[in-house]
This record gives sequence, C-alpha cells and structure tokens, in this order.
Amino acid sequence: MDFLNAFVALANFVLIPATAYGAQLALGALGVTLIYGILRFSNFAHGDTMAFGTMVTILFTWWFQSMGLSLDPLPTALAALPFGIVVTALLLLGTDRIVYRFYREQKAKPVILVIVSMGVMFILNGLVRFIIGPDEQRFADGERFLISARDFKEITGLEEGLAIRTTQGITIITAVIVVALLFWFLKSTRTGKSMRAFSDNEDLALLSGINPERVVAITWVIVAALATIAGVLYGLDKSFKPFTYFQLLLPIFAAAIVGGLGSPLGAIAGGFLIAFSEVSVTYAYKKVLGYLLPENMEPEGLVQLLSTDYKFAVSFVILIIVLLFRPTGLFRGKTA
Amino acid sequence: MTRRDASLFVIVAALIAGTGVLQSWNSALAIVNMGLISAIMALGVNMQWGYAGLFNIGVMGFVALGGLGAVITAMPPVEPAWAAGGPRVLSALALGVGTIAGAVMLWRRMRKGPLRPAVLTVWLVAGFFLYRAVFDPAVQAIEAIDPAATGYLGGLGLPVMLGWAVGGLLAAGAAWLIGKTALGLRADYLAIATLGIAEIIIAILKNEDWLSRGVKNVIGLPRPVPYEVDLQESAEFLAQAEQLGLDPVIASTLFVKLCYAGIFAVILLALIWLSETALKSPWGRMMRAIRDNETAAEAMGKNVKARHLQIFILGSAVCGLAGAMMTTLDGQFIPSAYQPLRFTFLVWVMVIVGGSGNNLGAVLGGFLIWFFWVQVEPLGAFLMEVVTSGMTDGSPLKTHLLDSVAHMRLLTMGVILLLVLRFSPRGLIPER
Amino acid sequence: MSGNPYQDDRGNKDRTITNTGGSEWTGAVRSGGRAERVNGDGPFLIGDGMTGGYGTGANILQDCTISVERGEIAVIVGPNGAGKSTAMKAVFGMLTLRGGAVRLNGEDITRLTPQARVARGMAFVPQTNNIFTSMTVEENLEMGAFLRRDDISATIAEVYDLFPVLRDKRRQPAGELSGGQRQQVAVGRALMTRPGVLMLDEPTAGVSPIVMDELFDRIIEVARTGISILMVEQNARQALEIADKGFVLVQGANAYTDTGKALLADPDVRRTFLGG
Ligand SMILES: Nc1ncnc2c1ncn2[C@@H]1O[C@H](COP(=O)(O)OP(=O)(O)O)[C@@H](O)[C@H]1O
Ligand SMILES: [Mg+2]
Repeated sequence: MDFLNAFVALANFVLIPATAYGAQLALGALGVTLIYGILRFSNFAHGDTMAFGTMVTILFTWWFQSMGLSLDPLPTALAALPFGIVVTALLLLGTDRIVYRFYREQKAKPVILVIVSMGVMFILNGLVRFIIGPDEQRFADGERFLISARDFKEITGLEEGLAIRTTQGITIITAVIVVALLFWFLKSTRTGKSMRAFSDNEDLALLSGINPERVVAITWVIVAALATIAGVLYGLDKSFKPFTYFQLLLPIFAAAIVGGLGSPLGAIAGGFLIAFSEVSVTYAYKKVLGYLLPENMEPEGLVQLLSTDYKFAVSFVILIIVLLFRPTGLFRGKTA
Repeated sequence: MTRRDASLFVIVAALIAGTGVLQSWNSALAIVNMGLISAIMALGVNMQWGYAGLFNIGVMGFVALGGLGAVITAMPPVEPAWAAGGPRVLSALALGVGTIAGAVMLWRRMRKGPLRPAVLTVWLVAGFFLYRAVFDPAVQAIEAIDPAATGYLGGLGLPVMLGWAVGGLLAAGAAWLIGKTALGLRADYLAIATLGIAEIIIAILKNEDWLSRGVKNVIGLPRPVPYEVDLQESAEFLAQAEQLGLDPVIASTLFVKLCYAGIFAVILLALIWLSETALKSPWGRMMRAIRDNETAAEAMGKNVKARHLQIFILGSAVCGLAGAMMTTLDGQFIPSAYQPLRFTFLVWVMVIVGGSGNNLGAVLGGFLIWFFWVQVEPLGAFLMEVVTSGMTDGSPLKTHLLDSVAHMRLLTMGVILLLVLRFSPRGLIPER
Repeated sequence: MSGNPYQDDRGNKDRTITNTGGSEWTGAVRSGGRAERVNGDGPFLIGDGMTGGYGTGANILQDCTISVERGEIAVIVGPNGAGKSTAMKAVFGMLTLRGGAVRLNGEDITRLTPQARVARGMAFVPQTNNIFTSMTVEENLEMGAFLRRDDISATIAEVYDLFPVLRDKRRQPAGELSGGQRQQVAVGRALMTRPGVLMLDEPTAGVSPIVMDELFDRIIEVARTGISILMVEQNARQALEIADKGFVLVQGANAYTDTGKALLADPDVRRTFLGG
C-alpha cells in the first residue's frame, strides 16, 4: 500500500506535470527545429511568437465568453485556438514578407538572420505587452479536473490523491494529435516531402523544381500553428505572462538542441528529457520517501535536489552534457 | 575618425544637451553616465562579435557578476555571519570544486567502459550530498544573522573601485569556464551556453542569500565620490554653488554625477585606447586574419581555439567591469532587475547599430541607443497624447493606449535594429 | 570581408544558432525573366559564347560555347579548374551570364531561372551533393518528379529497370548507399521529369572502374531513348569514345571542338589531355 501511495504521489507531482510540460516544450521545440531546418537559423522570436499567438487566442476567448459561447466542460480557449493560429500565421507571413525575405534574396548568412530575429523579438515582445499588458492572465475555464484528488482517494481507498487537471489531459491529447499530424504531413504528403527535401539539400530542391518561397511560407504557417498551440497549452496549464514566454526560449532551445537541431523526432525527445529532468530534480521527495522508508528513517528536510529557481540550470546542464558527449544531439540533426 | 563619424558624435551630444535644456541637466547627466557604461558594455560585446564573430547572448550574466564583484569587495564584512558559517561555506565550495575537478580527472584517467560512467555517477552523487551536508547548515546559520539587515557574509570592506577590477575578474573566470566547454569543437555552441549561464547566474544571485542577500538586495554600496548630503554641508561647496547661482541641492547632485562621469570617461577612453592598440598589434592582426579566413589561419599554425577563448574572456571581463561600475553608480545591487532584453539584447542593438567591428561605433551605439531607451517613453507618451487627443476622456481605448506607452521602447528598439540591419548593415560607423 | 555585408558572418560558426547546410549558389538567375522565341535552327541546346563568373568575381568563362544535338551525347573534357562545372551551371542558369546566351529548342532561355528550365525539360545532376541523403531512394525519385502532376509510377518503374539495384533499396535512406548507387539515384532523380536533355557533371567521379563501365552503359541506354546528354567527364578517353561531340575547355575557353572520334584521333589533344 505504501508503495502504491508513493507511486501515486510521484505520478501526481512529477510524472503527470512533467509529461504535460514536456509536451508543451516539444511543440515549442518543433517550431524552432523546423525554422532551423528550412530557414537555417535559430529564431529568437519564437518565445514571443508563442506569446503573440496565445494573446490572440486569449482575446478571442474573452470575446467568446462575453458572447456566452462556451465548450463546457472544455475550456473556451480551444474554440479560440484556430483563430489564434490564423492571426499568428498572418503575422509570421507578413514578417517574412517585410523582413526575412529580403535577406533570403541577399543570400544573407544565417547569423545575420539570427540578429534580424532579435529585432523581430523586440517588436513582438513590445507588441504583446502593448496590447495585453505585461501582467499575468488566467484564461482557463470549464471543468477543472478530469479526476480530482478526492475522487481518486474515494475510488481507490489510497491515502494519496491523484489529480489530473483537464488542461493536462488536453495538453497531452492535443500534443499527440498535432505531432501525429505533423509527422504524417512530413512523411506522406508531397508538400511535406518537399520541405524535407529543401531542408536536406536546398540547391538540389531548386533543381527539382521545388519553389523555395512556397516551402518557406508553409513552414511559417506550420510554425505559427505549433507556436500558438504550444503557447495556449502552456497558458491553460499554468498561466499566461509575456515575460515567462520569453524565458521559455531557453528550455525550448535546449530541447531542440539536445534532440539534434533540425530533427523533429529529436525536438520531441528533447522536450520530454528537459521537462522530466527539470521537474524531477526540483521536486521535494519528502512525501514519496515518507511512504517508502521505515518510520524511523523518514527524512527531515524536503529532500529537494535543487530549488525550483534553479530549473533553468537543469536544462542547461543536460544540454552541456549531451553536447560534450554527442555534439550532434541525441538524434543526429542537420548540424553534423 | 572621419568627419562623418565626428558629426555623428556631435549629433548624439546635441541630443543629450537638448535633454539638458528641455528637461533637466540632471537627466542629461544621468543619460551620459549610463551612456558611458553602456558604451563599455558595447565595447566588450564588440570585441567578441566584431573581432572574432563570437555570439555571446549572456551579457546579462557577466554584467551581474560584475555587480557582485563590487558588492563582495566594497560592502563591510558581517562579522557575526562570518563567525557563524563563513569558513564552512568556503570549505563547502572548495568541496564542490574538488568534486567536479575529481570527476574530470576520473574521466580522463579511467579507461573507456561501463565502469567509467558508473564510478563517475557514484562519485558525483556522493560529492553532491557531501557538499549539501556541509553547505546547508552553514547557509542557514549565516542567513539567520539579522536577516532583515544583513543575513549574508558581507564584503571585504575594500575601496569600491577595487571591486570594479574584481567584477571584471569574476566575469573573466565565468567566461573561462564557459569558453573552455563551448568553444571550438568542430563548431561552437557558445550562443546557447551563454544564454543558459546568464540565467543560472541570475538564479544564483536571486537565491543565495548568504552571498549577496538574494532578492532582499544589497543597498548602500560605498561610493568612490562624495555624498550629496556631505557636499551640502561643506561651506566651501556651498560658496561655489552660490557663485554659479545654483541651488545647493541641485548643485550637489550635478557635482556627484559629474564626478562619476569623469571617472567613467577616463576608463572608457583607456579601454578604447587599449583595444585600438591591441588591434593594431600583431595580436590584433592575427585576430582579424582568423576571423576573415579561419581555415587559412589554422593552416598557418594559429591556435584558433585559444585565440577565441582569449578574446571571449577579455570581452566578458569588460562587460563585468561595466556591470560593477553600474552597480556602484546605482549604489545598490538588485538581482531581479537583470532582464535579458535590457542587459543582453539591448547591448547587441548598441553594437549592431553603432557598427560591428568598430570600437568608436560601439561607443556611439552605446550612447545613442541608451538615449533612445530613456527618451522613447516621454516621446511615446507625448505621441499618444496627440493620437488620443480626439478620443473622449476615460474611454477604455484611450486609457489603454496611454497606459501602454511604457512598452513602446521595446517596439522602438526592434524597429531601429531592423532598419539599421536593412539599410545600413555595417552600422552607423562601419569597420574600416 | 566579403563585398556583401549581409554575407559577412565574421567567421561565426556557432551551430546552436546557425545551420550551414544552405544553398551554395550565389549568382543564380533571378525570377522575372522570360524566354524569347528565336529561329528554329541550331542545336537542341546551346550555351553560346558564354562569359561570366561567380558573384562579382572575375570572369571564369571566356566566350565559351557548348552544345548538344537532339538525341546525341556531347562530352566536355579539360583539366581540373578549367571551368567545366562552371559552364554547366551557366547553361542551367545557376550563374548569371555577363555575355552570351543559352538557347533551348529554338528559344532564348538566358533569363529563365533554373526551376523554369526544369519545367522546360532540362535536368541536371550536379557534381557534388546530388542526392537528398536523408530521404529514401524512392522519395528522391518522387522529388525529382516534383513538377509533374500526372502519375509517376511508370517513370519510377523505368528508373528501377534502368538501375535494378535501386528497386531493392528503395526504402533505404539514399545517404546510406555506396558511391556508385548514390550516382544512380542522382541520375534517376534527374530522369524523373522525363527531360529532353540531361546534363551530368562527372557522374562517374569516385566510383570503381567496373561501376563506371556500368554507368556509361546506362547513359548510352538513356541517350538511345532520345534524350540528349551533355556530360562533363574526367575519364576523357572513355567518354569521348561514346561521344557524338566533344568540347575541350581550357581556362574557361574552347580549346578544341569536334566529334568525339576526331578529338581522340587529334595528336595535340591526345598529347595534352589524354596522356599520349
Ligand atoms: N562557387 C564558386 N565561387 C567562386 N569561384 C568558383 C566557384 N566554383 C568554382 N570556382 C572557380 O572557378 C574555376 C573553375 O572551376 P570549375 O568550373 O569547378 O572547374 P572544373 O569543373 O573544370 O574542374 C576555378 O578556378 C574555381 O576556383
Ligand atoms: Mg568540376
């Protein structure tokens, strides 16, 4: 029984939150890795793109709520999500047209595009703060729990409760659907294959008649969808705050790089690796150990390896270790 | 310096002087002082990016380490805290370093095989718990000493300007660690490494109360210049203020700012002179040769990795120095004030706008961008007043627009950066 | 420092932010140009009096002419660095010409982009990086047929008939194949558009002699189906033997032009380029 309780506590505080967080990071890292593969630079504006998409979704959510529209028991934000994606896609396509395309025509070096993306980052960051403000927004409504801790205890008779929040469930299901769709698209459709071909060998793609501008445009649209979905899921699960989204850049980059930049599979693996290590290293194991160890050996302290404020350190250390021993990332990316 | 460059500097000077006339000389001098510090940060980044193509996006971390240097050098020591846990904390840190050094040794000495990672893991885990066992009680003891006022070890009570050097050294040390790991396999991974380490440095500064009081902040740093209140009580100073027809309070603040400006200007000029001399020396020529054609330089037997490490350390040290100067100017150390947009990416805007690879460009960019950073808000507020003047007072849109003016500066910085990159990609003062 | 400030990366090689696997061409013909009908005579494909170089650099081609007749094999030979690859790129529009013209089937296509030339029935196998290494053999072929909207399965079958080993490996990433097999994939990819003219830049580079003979046979087979072939070859003797026409380039200019047989018989050519 104690062993079961320990496992439930672990699942409740580590496994489930880390899975949800990992799915969010994976979706974010997929966007970064796609841009890296196709446009060949790391997009510093990605965190702010996520913030922008989420902001638009929140605005639509508020509008729907004010009209009394609701998906109860699901959050209204799910109905707003497609609109958020469309607006974000338009924004990214517009940015590409006004900003990035010029540098492609100039055959600019990737590092120049990185600096350009810093400028876009500033603008998006300012835009989001300008429109919705720098403060925290909570926009999750609908049913709060799939299973609440109390119900779980009643059903199982265990001492420890297991709560699965609706947002966690939605995150995981959405992520699975999105990733499946993306992989199907890349593996099986003509357009998806042309994107892979372009990423693999740009010159040969041109010689095969693949239109680079079309590939780039489709990439931006997919990235808009991925970024908005990742941002909305993160915001539903936790909360929306522009600065937090900016800061997500580090774990997202870490995930994409650990997995092997340019490799979609790697981005997913990286996302979960980073999320699980962050959560498990910063979790206080007192409760879990309390169930497992005999009475007299129960730990006094929290048994927390690192304070939660050091969660960035975890992504970072993992990143360095992987790069030291496997410079191309877990799944050999385009960087070899 | 060409006439065009000189006129650009004159324009920036005029902008700042305009601030003096239209707003106040106090604000103008404040812009000058932070402009000088920004110029030094930009010099540091320019060394790395401009002369070696190294992409450091952890400037914030080095700047903050510099601030820490000022704190641990200049603040008075907290004797009871030292007595309570000083030596123990130091031995814990030594233990930590020893564990990592031991791990590196083990990795190098042991033969490849399943045993190596196993032994290493055991070593590291044991080391970590041992470290925590020594470290945690010491920290608790230190932080318990009058937490409202101190709760940390304090500094060494040395002159604060010595702290500037210490700040530079701390930053250099961190840069050595990062550079050693992240520079020069077949490619670098400096960008992500610096991005990460900067966040970690800030996390440490926010959390390790025993070191610099964490988010409780350190205030009242000693100064290298006189205090306003002392000046206002000095008969000599009052007489001189009277002669100039200035209010003594205003005169004292202006005087203090001028003192800082003088010190900072000397340091900036010295740095410019040093880096220009270095660039013209064989060392500088080699740096540029490496940058422009690394393969050829390598073929000529140049140790590219070592050169890159050198310049990365130097540039970071300059950023640390600037950070220590800034903390001294502020008179306080506030870890939560360090934000990447302000302390990393804004410095990048300065370098790119000023002109990558040109020291004068970096200095110009430092002043100009800092001026905009400060002045966009009042300008934006004015603009919004005009835009919203037609709207009814109290309408939600008007209130929202007026309230959001503060965020215009980020937008503006982005627009400036994009415009310069597009239309003047070499910056305002291009590399010769 | 390069002339174009947007191409100045200051020697940065930070792989966590930049992906160096991008395009290597700098001077491809830009979109917006049109083809113009000229007289119907002349060779099927001709790069006529081409002069040009890379970017803003010096001229590498000096009034260089290469051509191929319908259904024939033309071979370009010459020492390393003579500009053979450059001439091929110029014919394909991957290099903007400063002088001269490219005509295909009675049309002046000098201002067409490489992609537009693909659409008009030209296909090119570059000397290096000529396959999608991360994609399967079959995907490589599909990408070759990207512009086609009709059913491509018959053409894929034809390619597999031409190169049977590819059929067995069709689900394998092309990057894992041997050098000879990679070249087969590269040629197969180019054939997928059912081109009128196939341009090959050193298709036998780095393959064993047996595989090389095999490849030559296949190329002759392709030519028999009516596809014109314009080919650069290191193995000058063997190539000229199968060539209807040969071009010897030296320093970007035509040194000798004649039928393959005549060049093989020419004592000057033999001495200088064929090793006696
Ligand atoms: N991408 C390029 N940029 C600039 N110069 C080039 C490029 N490719 C080739 N060259 C130069 O053009 C000349 C001819 O090269 P190339 O056409 O490849 O010769 P070949 O194929 O006959 O061996 C050489 O001097 C080479 O250095
Ligand atoms: Mg060649």
